[in-house]
Order: sequence, then C-alpha cells, then structure tokens
Amino acid sequence: MPEVVVSIGPHHPALKEPVNFRVIADGEKIVRLELDLSYNHRGVEKAAEQRDFIRVLPLMERVCGICSHSHSTAFAKGIEEIMQLEIPPRAQYIRTIIAELERMHSHLLWLGVAAHLIGFNTLFMWTWRDREAVQDTLEEMSGNRVHYGMNEVGGVRRDLTPEQLNAALARLPALEERVNKYVVMVNEEETMLIRFRGVGRLSKEEALRYGTVGPTARASGIDYDVRKDDPYLAYKDAPWNVVTDTHGDVYGRTRVRVWELQESLRIVRFCLENLPEGPIRVPAPKNAPKGEILSRYEAPRGELAHFIRTNGTDKVERVDIRTPTLANWTSVAMCLVNQNIADIPVIVAAIDPCLSCTSRITLLDNHTKKAGIISFDELVRRYRSRNPEDVQP
Amino acid sequence: MIDPLYGLLYIFIFPGFLFLFLYALFLAFLDRRIAARMQQRVGPPFFQPFADFIKMLGKEVIDPAGVDRAIFDAAPLVALAAVMTAFLYVPVTGNSPLAFQGDLVVVLYLLSLPTIVLFLLGWLSRNIFSAIGGIRAVTQLFIYEVPFFLALLTPALMAGTWSISEIVVWQQKNLWFIFLQPIGFIVALIGLQAKLERTPFDIPEAETEIVAGPWTELTGRRLAIMDLTIDISLVVGSALVAALFLGGPLIPWTVTPSWLGGVIGFFLFLIKTLAVLLVLSSIKVATGRIRIDQLNDIGWKYIASASIVQVGIVLVMNYLWVYA
Repeated sequence: MPEVVVSIGPHHPALKEPVNFRVIADGEKIVRLELDLSYNHRGVEKAAEQRDFIRVLPLMERVCGICSHSHSTAFAKGIEEIMQLEIPPRAQYIRTIIAELERMHSHLLWLGVAAHLIGFNTLFMWTWRDREAVQDTLEEMSGNRVHYGMNEVGGVRRDLTPEQLNAALARLPALEERVNKYVVMVNEEETMLIRFRGVGRLSKEEALRYGTVGPTARASGIDYDVRKDDPYLAYKDAPWNVVTDTHGDVYGRTRVRVWELQESLRIVRFCLENLPEGPIRVPAPKNAPKGEILSRYEAPRGELAHFIRTNGTDKVERVDIRTPTLANWTSVAMCLVNQNIADIPVIVAAIDPCLSCTSRITLLDNHTKKAGIISFDELVRRYRSRNPEDVQP
Repeated sequence: MIDPLYGLLYIFIFPGFLFLFLYALFLAFLDRRIAARMQQRVGPPFFQPFADFIKMLGKEVIDPAGVDRAIFDAAPLVALAAVMTAFLYVPVTGNSPLAFQGDLVVVLYLLSLPTIVLFLLGWLSRNIFSAIGGIRAVTQLFIYEVPFFLALLTPALMAGTWSISEIVVWQQKNLWFIFLQPIGFIVALIGLQAKLERTPFDIPEAETEIVAGPWTELTGRRLAIMDLTIDISLVVGSALVAALFLGGPLIPWTVTPSWLGGVIGFFLFLIKTLAVLLVLSSIKVATGRIRIDQLNDIGWKYIASASIVQVGIVLVMNYLWVYA
C-alpha cells in the first residue's frame, strides 16, 4: 500500500478540539506527522490588558473549561506577589482544596477519555460517574461545576461552612475506594495493558529535550512538580509525594495520573480536616506597583506559567500564558513516528491536550494557500490597513 | 416435498423474514440494554432499534462524489439478503424443512458475505477512513475466519453429517457438543464476536480512530439496511452456535401433541440464543478494542491453534469412541 495521508481534525470524532494532524501512513504504520495548530485565536491575553484585576480573574477562568481554577490562581498569585500581599492561611487552604478537586475531576475525565479512545467504554462510563461526586462537591462549595469563581486578589470569595466541609468529607471514602479500584484496573486490566504498554514511548532524555511538563514528564521519570519544587498555597503543609514512573509510555502516564488521584485525595482530606480558622481575604490595593513576575502553578496537565508585567495602574501591561499543552506538543509529534494508526488517538490524548488554552494565531491565506505565523507588528499593520478609522494616535 | 403454502409461510412469516426482523431488533435492544446496565447507564427503550431503523429509512441518502451509485445501493441489500437466507437453514422450532446435506457450509458462506460487502463499501466510498476500515475488515476476516470455520465444522466431523438439522438430531441422541468440544465452543464464540465486529474486535469501524470505517459514507436507507444486516447476523450467529453446540431446539424425549414440541423448541431457541447473546454482550462490555496487529498475533497463535487442537481431539475421539 502506498503512503496515504490521513487527515485528523479539526472535525473528527476522536479529537473534539480545533487542531489538525496530517498523518502520513504506510498501511497501518505512521511515517511522519504534520501538526497544524491554532485554528482558534481568542485574544484572551489582549483582553486581559484592557480590564482591571477584578475583571481579569473571571476572564482567566474562561481560558480553559477544565483547569479554570488553575488559571485564575496562577494569575491572582502573581498579582499578589507583585503587591506583596500575604493571603490568609484559610484562603490558601480553600484554594488548595479547590485546586486538588479540580485535578481529580480532570484526571478522572482523562482516564475516561483514554479508555474511550481504546474502545473500553465501560471504564469511560464508570470514571465519569465517579467524577460526578467530585463535581457535586465543587458545586456545593462554589455554586458551579466548572467555573468556580473562588479566587480574588487577596484571598477567596466564599468561605466554606462546616456543613460543606462535612458533606465533602462524607463523599471522600467512596471516592477513595473507587480510585483504589482504578489503580488496580490500570495495572492489571488486560485490554488496557496491551493497548497502553510500549505505546508512545518517551525516554527521560527525550522528555527533557522536548521540554515536557506535568504527568507526561513524570511518567518518563523526571521528578518535577511545581507543587514540590516551588511550593505555593498549602502544599508544603500537606503530606503528599511527587508521583513518578519510569515506563515513559502511555501506560506510565496513566499510572502517574491514577496515583496522582490518590495523592490529591490525601491533600484534600488533609486540608478539609485541618482548615485553619481566620479571615478568608485581605483587602487588596487597587493598583499594583510596577513589576514583572513569572507565576508558576502545577495545573492538572503540567506546569502552567503566567508571565505578568504591571505598570503601576490597575491593569496589567502584558500577560503571557504558557499552557502545559504547548510545552508537551512537540513530544507528541515525536512519539507518534513508527506507531500504528490505531494508537494515534491515545498517544495524542496521553498528554491530555487542551487546545482552547493553547491556541495562538496562525494565518491562512486563502489566495496563496499558505499557512504561517505572523509577527505582532505585522498583525497591527494589517489591522490598521483594513480599519483606518480605528487607528489610535 | 413440503407444502408450498407452508414453505412460503416458513420463509416470509415465521420463523422467516418477519420474525427474524423483529427478533433481530429485539436482540439489538437487549444487547444495548445489557451493556448499558453493566456500564451504569439507563439504556434505550425496547422500541429504540425499530425507531432508529424507521428514522434512518426516511433520511436523505447522500452520494459521495464519484461513487458508483448502483453498486453502492445494491451492496447493503446483497448483505441483507445473504444473512436472511442463511437463517432459513438454522433450526428454530424443530428441524428446518429446507435442510439438506451441506447447508452448514452454505450458512457459513452466506455469513461471510456482509464482511466482503463492507470491504467493497469501504473501497467504493472514495474516503480514506472507509478505505482503511475496509482493508481492516478484510484483514480481520482472514484472521478469524479459519478458526471460526474449523470450530463450527468440528461438530459436523463428529456427527458425520454436513446438515445443521442432522447435527442437532445427533446431539439429541447423544450429548451437546458444548460438553464434547468445549474448546471449539469458546473459539466459535470468539469468532462470532469477531465476525459481528463487536468489541474487542470492532477494529474495522473503530470510532475514535477512523470515524466509522466502511460505514462512514453510508447514509439513509443504506445505513439502515447495513445496520439491520449486522443485527440479523447476530441472530443467525447465535442461533447457529445454539444449534451446533447447545443442542438446538430439540429435547431428548418426544412430546405429544407435536405442536407442543414445536412450542417447547421455540422457547428453547429463545433461551439459548439469549444465553449466547448474554455472553457476547459481557465480552463487549468487559473489553476494549485491540489493534489489528495484536489481533493477528492472538488470532493465529492462540485461536487458530486451539481450533486445530480441537479438530485433532475430535478425530481421536471419532477413532476411539464414536465410530469404533
């Protein structure tokens, strides 16, 4: 069979995200992969420059549907550091609880998706059912299932009542039992073993060279977790370990994620049981002093970095979001070579890609059929040439 | 010689096409419902497959650019006709009145046709996903067909006849083949699962990899008929396994009046096909999809070897005991 081009995405049942892979395959084997990112530019960073900090936080939550708390915490943490605010311990613990619940619902969702991609729909249904317990807890605490709106500069917006704490604690044992079952299933279930083992292998050196982060890196044996290496919130108080695995394949990434579920459960339990008394926020000044900060945060998918530059006003001068998916993309293209077509979905999914967070602009010229990236100045020039009345002095 | 009116009734009403159609939709419902309950879902209501069938019949038929319409229309009908014909030789209430020496071979041949049609559809669709799916379908056919045929022919070997109905009569006099040939029974179930392209063998239509494989470009009544074909294959396949390994609709003693024997036979048919379905559904729920290269390894290394071992055992048993 000659080489064929299989085009996957942006409309494909396996990948409900705006991205296009042109897989060049020889029969069932992949020869080469061409990635085409950025179908979707949303201008979040630009929009953030035009709002004051209070209004930026809800915007940051909407960068991503799954790790909404990650983005707003990373941003709030950065601004607080520039303002030199010390937020109260109770607020830190509440942020940690929400963050770890978010990690749990993200990992459970991922486990279900990975199972679905290998056609194992039973596990898919089970994990998504158990994920409901996590989402119910989040809804009780914040009023929402995905966009929690808990953060504000200087603390959190809602306190946790004793009833909410007890309800959350009451849900934990059943969840722990299910997560333990998934740990057993991932390590022993035959279909998952034959579909995950040895698929999309990434050695430690390769993982370092391509700059992977999060569970993808930890599955290749890199002991790197921002929560441990640069502790923030309540992570230095809580008892937990960084999970690593040496397999480096999809199997390893799955193992890292299910073990992280166990660690997250421990952190949540610790924070719920040891929630300090006190205020939940400190008053924050309206303006932030001039400064630059790189705020790092361990999102469910890996290290999330917000670069923030302030200029003494109540708005940021520049915010740049580096999402973990962007860091992991190159490793996917490398993993896929010499694998089977059947393994594309699960290898791509193994980094838990979240493209809505990642997309940057790509220009596609309809006349010349050329795709490429243009500089910011070029973008401004094009905008102005089309909208001469909108040019600001 | 059979009465022509009875023959027509047998072919068109019961247990022929009408009953087959309804029972196929019922089994499709049951399969989905069992899977749903095992996965902690609610599942569809009992008329859902029927409603789907009617709805799809009424949907627009879209021809992909450059497709030969005549063949594209005819192919699903050929597949449907093949599996419906196959059912006529499988015993339902008692022995099939159309039975003849060699009908087992005809049924197996007719059951293979839908896969060939799927390959043809995949190739005709002029779509890369369909083409890959079609190639996978035919690759898979070469893997499971040999052990499946061997497993289903071993009862014929022991009973000394090529007629399904006579194999059932042999079991009535002696013992069910599930006890005499357990390895063959397991291989037959695995082969049937692969033939019906159900998980873990849904490789040709792997939704998350190649959209729907050969099914991708099927729309409207073509899709409805192809769906119905697979549902009917499920009935024919499980009825065939029930007849060859589970003693079919016959019981070891005679019942008077004779119509009562027919009724009992019919209920035995229902119970045995449902039992086979339950096993197939459980396999579907308990597994994920394997890759085509893994299926190649497993199929030729283990499943084919197991069926050859079964043939060897049967030959030894024939020599020492059955025809001694």
